[in-house]
Amino acid sequence: RAQCDLSCPQNYPLYIRSVPTENELKFHYTVHTSLDVVDEKISAMGKALVDQRELYLGLLYPTEDYKVYGYVTNSKVKFVMVVDSSNTALRDNEIRSMFRKLHNSYTDIMCNPFYNPGDRIHSRAFDTMVNSMMMQVC
Amino acid sequence: MEQGPAGGSGPAGAGGLLLPLSESEQQRYSELFSRCCPPPEAAAGGSSVGELFRASQLPPDTLHQITEVCGAKRVGYFGPAQFYIALKLIAAAQSGFPVRIESIKNELPLPRFMALKNDTEVLYGTPAEFHGVKFQVPHATLEKNSYKRTDEGDKQEPKSPPMSPICSPPASPSTYQRIPLSYGYGKARSGLEQQHGAPYEVKHSTHQQDGPSSGNYGAKSALTCSTPSRSLSVEREQQDSSTQYSDDPWRITEEQRDYYINQFRSLQPDLNAFISGSVAKNFFTKSKLPIPELSHIWELSDVDCDGALTLPEFCAAFHLVVARKNGYQLPETLPETLLPEYLQAACLKPMRDCALFDSFSEPLPSSQQTRDFSRAEKSSAEEVPDNSALLQDGKKDDKQALQASTTLKTIPKEFQHLTVKAAAREPNALRARPRSRSYSSTSIEDAMKKGEEPPTPPPRPQKSHSRASSLDLNKIFQQNTQAVRSGWLPPPPPALPPRPSVSQTEQPSEAELHPQMHRPPSQAEENSSAKKEVVLSQPPSKPARRKLRTEAQGLETPELSPTINVTSSLPAVKAHLPVQKQSSKHKRAIQTAIRKNKEANAVLARLNSELQQQLKEVHKERIALETQLEQLRPVTVL
Repeated sequence: RAQCDLSCPQNYPLYIRSVPTENELKFHYTVHTSLDVVDEKISAMGKALVDQRELYLGLLYPTEDYKVYGYVTNSKVKFVMVVDSSNTALRDNEIRSMFRKLHNSYTDIMCNPFYNPGDRIHSRAFDTMVNSMMMQVC
Repeated sequence: MEQGPAGGSGPAGAGGLLLPLSESEQQRYSELFSRCCPPPEAAAGGSSVGELFRASQLPPDTLHQITEVCGAKRVGYFGPAQFYIALKLIAAAQSGFPVRIESIKNELPLPRFMALKNDTEVLYGTPAEFHGVKFQVPHATLEKNSYKRTDEGDKQEPKSPPMSPICSPPASPSTYQRIPLSYGYGKARSGLEQQHGAPYEVKHSTHQQDGPSSGNYGAKSALTCSTPSRSLSVEREQQDSSTQYSDDPWRITEEQRDYYINQFRSLQPDLNAFISGSVAKNFFTKSKLPIPELSHIWELSDVDCDGALTLPEFCAAFHLVVARKNGYQLPETLPETLLPEYLQAACLKPMRDCALFDSFSEPLPSSQQTRDFSRAEKSSAEEVPDNSALLQDGKKDDKQALQASTTLKTIPKEFQHLTVKAAAREPNALRARPRSRSYSSTSIEDAMKKGEEPPTPPPRPQKSHSRASSLDLNKIFQQNTQAVRSGWLPPPPPALPPRPSVSQTEQPSEAELHPQMHRPPSQAEENSSAKKEVVLSQPPSKPARRKLRTEAQGLETPELSPTINVTSSLPAVKAHLPVQKQSSKHKRAIQTAIRKNKEANAVLARLNSELQQQLKEVHKERIALETQLEQLRPVTVL
């Protein structure tokens, strides 16, 4: 199981996708709470540092074992990914590459003049990319 | 003989449909044709046709009339088109209608032929619908079918409905296409399903005979109401006169291409440069498609994802817009025929492009890509300046480019409207955009702003056009754009490293710069005139140029008109610069830029030293004040 979420600087979601789609609400909640942690990390980082990726092993609940990964772009857009802990095959590098792909797709969306920053993302290309990525993970 | 898929899917349009044939008719006719004309011959054998006609039990002179009307006499043989028309005429005659083309447009029962397989006639008793279903094409057959038109290669697009006629391209040049079309069909007929082939030709030949007027554009209006569902995706309808030999709706015809190119020119005279995102956005928004669809169209057509449209990308986008407006669903991925490489290979008209131009445009996209990442992080408004900068770089040479838009006879109203607006908006947009550049400092922008306040230079005299422009609209655009351009020359030379020192100047330093820009007219003029010269012969910009441009703009706008007039005469002269001259001007431009850079450096160094001095003085003052404070403090404490 996995979920991918994209939040804007104002912390509302621009894009959420879960695979599979049940328990989505729980994932939404998780993601939202993790945004706080992300903000914390950003401010702690200081200026001029953009962390490529953050590992949230700390959010591992004993009951629900999943890992939450975060990623922040230069413009404070946050990507959050929730994956099942049972998915031990998922390595750090893979997560990084996934985030990078997400970021690239996101910039492609930004290039679209019809996209207003802050809008929800409806791009089909982006959907396809995210779906394929999540299929890979699960 | 099997019946085609019942019902047929929804309408959709085949524009230019003059002879609708129902499935039953199609099948019947194709069967008859195949009987008379064993494939792979292109035409039915005269004797078998004659036999068939006689079997219809019509009087001989009626048959003669039919032969004449269907065009066989004219072309000299019974091609599929002629054959089908003849069959339809026979049906009409048998129903009692006069042998005229008009009569076959109505619903008709199938022609009856004695001594043929009469059992099939029973199946096809009901006449075809006319208005409800424009044109039935067997569906499943399409998919299995590797039907190839002679020129199409394997550009099968079974899933996408064909392109219906767009308003603008005139239908007249298409008639010549009909004949090759029927040849093509005849040849390709062998071994393939004939249902869909035949009706196409019938349509075409009737079209040919009747002239483009009658059902063509009327069909189009009906077409716009109906939206073919792509999920059916089996429906494949014939393109109308404005398409090439294939019925691929995603293939751009020459007329369409010309039209698109002209539209591109109205937004961006240099065909090798980009249209920026916001300009394109405004343009396409006028098509009144919903924004999500436009967004999707952009996604499809902006292949390199740089936020700007090159000419092929623009053509693809425009084509998609037109397709969508005519009721066709947008594909999920860009069709092959709309890929930029394909479009570029398919001979876009390069206006006096030399190798230089191409070579310059190439590094651009790549550098743009690398910049995408950082750029995209900033607001999209900032992206626009980048693109607009490129836009202006490329814009330089309206003189060289064939500015005159070739007259397009029937530019649709909306796009006339569009182009006017685009041109009008452009001057403002262009002025506004470079100001919000995404440079590290905004100081240059302020300088630029101030530089631009001064009155705009008078518009350049109209340059002579290589092609007559019968549309006054175009002249208006030119005036607008020229006014813009005169104050907005593209920057000087390429191949200059970016000048970070300039972009990072502080406020006071650009106060200095600014007067410098304003004041030394000779220097500015000299630079700008040299620049203009260079500029005029410059190919589209390289990335480094964009930073230079801001200074160039500041330098150029306060320019006096004489400079402009001088240089504007130059362009007229330079209308046909050969490549070599350009490269030498290149060098000159580089040297000029170097000189300019050095001057700027000197200025900045001076500024720096002055500021240092000021800093020292301020320090001293501060120390003095502090000591004073110390001295005073014991007094106050007490």
